[in-house]
Amino acid sequence: MIRLIVVRLLFGALTLWAVSLVVFAATQALPGDAAQMILGRDATPARVEVLRDQLNLHEPVAVQYLQWLQGLVQGDLGTSYSNRLEVTEVLAKPVLSSLTLMGLAAVAATPVALVVGAVSALRRDRAFDHTSSMGTLVVASIPEFVVGILLILLLGPGGLGWFPSVYSREGGPDQWVLPVLTLAFAVAPPIIRMMRATMIEVLESEYVQQARLKGVDERAVLWRHAAPNAIGPVAQVVALQLAWLAGGVVAIEFLFNFPGVGKVLMDAIENRDVPLIQAVVLLIAGIYILVNLLADVIGLAANPKVRVANR
Amino acid sequence: MSAPVNAGVEPVAVVPRSRGAGLFRTAWGFGRTRVGVALTGLVVLIAVVGPFVAPYTPTEFVAKPFETGVDGTLFGGDNRGRDVLTRFLWGGWTLLLLAGASAGIGVAAGTVVGVIAGYRRGWLDDVLMRVSDVLLAFPQLIAALLVMSIIGPKVWLIVAVIAVSHMPRVARVIREATRKVIEQDYVKAAEAIGLPRWRIMAVEILPNVTSPLLVELGLRLTYSIGVVAVLGFLGMGLQPPTADWGLMINENRQGMAVQPWAVALPVTAIAVLTIGANLITDGLSRAAIGIDRGVEK
Repeated sequence: MIRLIVVRLLFGALTLWAVSLVVFAATQALPGDAAQMILGRDATPARVEVLRDQLNLHEPVAVQYLQWLQGLVQGDLGTSYSNRLEVTEVLAKPVLSSLTLMGLAAVAATPVALVVGAVSALRRDRAFDHTSSMGTLVVASIPEFVVGILLILLLGPGGLGWFPSVYSREGGPDQWVLPVLTLAFAVAPPIIRMMRATMIEVLESEYVQQARLKGVDERAVLWRHAAPNAIGPVAQVVALQLAWLAGGVVAIEFLFNFPGVGKVLMDAIENRDVPLIQAVVLLIAGIYILVNLLADVIGLAANPKVRVANR
Repeated sequence: MSAPVNAGVEPVAVVPRSRGAGLFRTAWGFGRTRVGVALTGLVVLIAVVGPFVAPYTPTEFVAKPFETGVDGTLFGGDNRGRDVLTRFLWGGWTLLLLAGASAGIGVAAGTVVGVIAGYRRGWLDDVLMRVSDVLLAFPQLIAALLVMSIIGPKVWLIVAVIAVSHMPRVARVIREATRKVIEQDYVKAAEAIGLPRWRIMAVEILPNVTSPLLVELGLRLTYSIGVVAVLGFLGMGLQPPTADWGLMINENRQGMAVQPWAVALPVTAIAVLTIGANLITDGLSRAAIGIDRGVEK
């Protein structure tokens, strides 16, 4: 099993490298050059020339890529064009905010989703199951920013007026409610479905029947025999949903004006701030790859066939 | 899977076309498919007929910005004072066209890759799948934003980026389906009589992966609608003064508290459209696999 995990890890690193190549190549396609961008239109040619030297823009593209990659590995992401701060400095606080937002959404969504899924499985084909099945289908189909706007229309200033719809620095903790709720709605449906499907499969398995036949208390059947066997696939889906959050958070942050990486990305695109765009895209892709990898490893570890074989 | 569900009733069930027809008939048997068709139909109708029945032109000024209750307008004016109803009626077909084109191209390309990878196997399979894995490493929206921010929002680019991001996802599914099909005797028979490879792929394999193909098409269409809408919403899709539902939401969200219609109308339309498309997809997938959310009944 360890060998399999190592192979996955190596492949993950390879993918990350390929992504860095794509991101670098994409930004090379930009018209104009970096020195001109940093100094603005009215810079003297002499100053542009000096900066071009400093940024190594005279070197061939491959050398530039290697230098950029070297900086990347050492944690140096370059300097933002728009405010001339280190990219790492610009990103520090937004990354923390985004991670908090995603964490809160995951913490809010996961337990509820697991309970709803499990109850659906136990009440299979009854009213609760049908309602939750229809509910997850409907919520899963709507794009998440549309869910956010519907929530704003319903609970925001124009509707019931319970929560503010725009994040501001002075605002209280209630401004977190709508973004967290939106993200929670976005991640919950697949978890509910997977929990339901896995629980049904487990409850119909021979070992659960066996436990029932030998007269074990129904609660013990559920918690000792059924639930542990359902954990693997469900944990995998939870991890995949977390990976999805890394990309999904952009539109939600834009909608609620939340100061996270998504907002930074949109602002960077607005200003054509290339180092910042590169950094944010790499960061999001990196988290996405890492969490997907985690999901893979969980899936492998939860599968007894893999766990026991070629140890 | 090899025997069509309606084999007993339909005497012409041997003809490949009837496999699709059987799938549709089974899917139509689910109540949710009909609801889905009704919802999707409603929104498509609005989007297609809308421009012909709109009371004004989409760029005509009829009210003050965000003004409601103006004579001659049903829902008032938008952020510039243009008629909200007119812009709503005009804004749908672009979304449908872009989403349809990107889903269609993406699924077609993904199918070609999937069938080739599944049938040829070996190094070609490895290369195609590894490239897919790299493409899959980008979240769909982030990939689209990266390209848009660098080359600039262009219509063909929106379609291309979404289609490319669909391709590896479709290819994986179709590859799996293909690997099951090539175990069948008729494929081995076709190989034995020496049919060229492309004919085996087009005539023997492709008709036998139509069920997962249709399900994928529905799924990718739902996602495409979402991505096209969200790009418009982020200001990275179609540019002003085009009337487009996603862009409309972006332009009018500042005035949401005073003029909710300019946001509520396109948002509702997008929600209804995606729900409808997903209901149809769900009906198709149930008909195709005869399973209920991953559990065999």
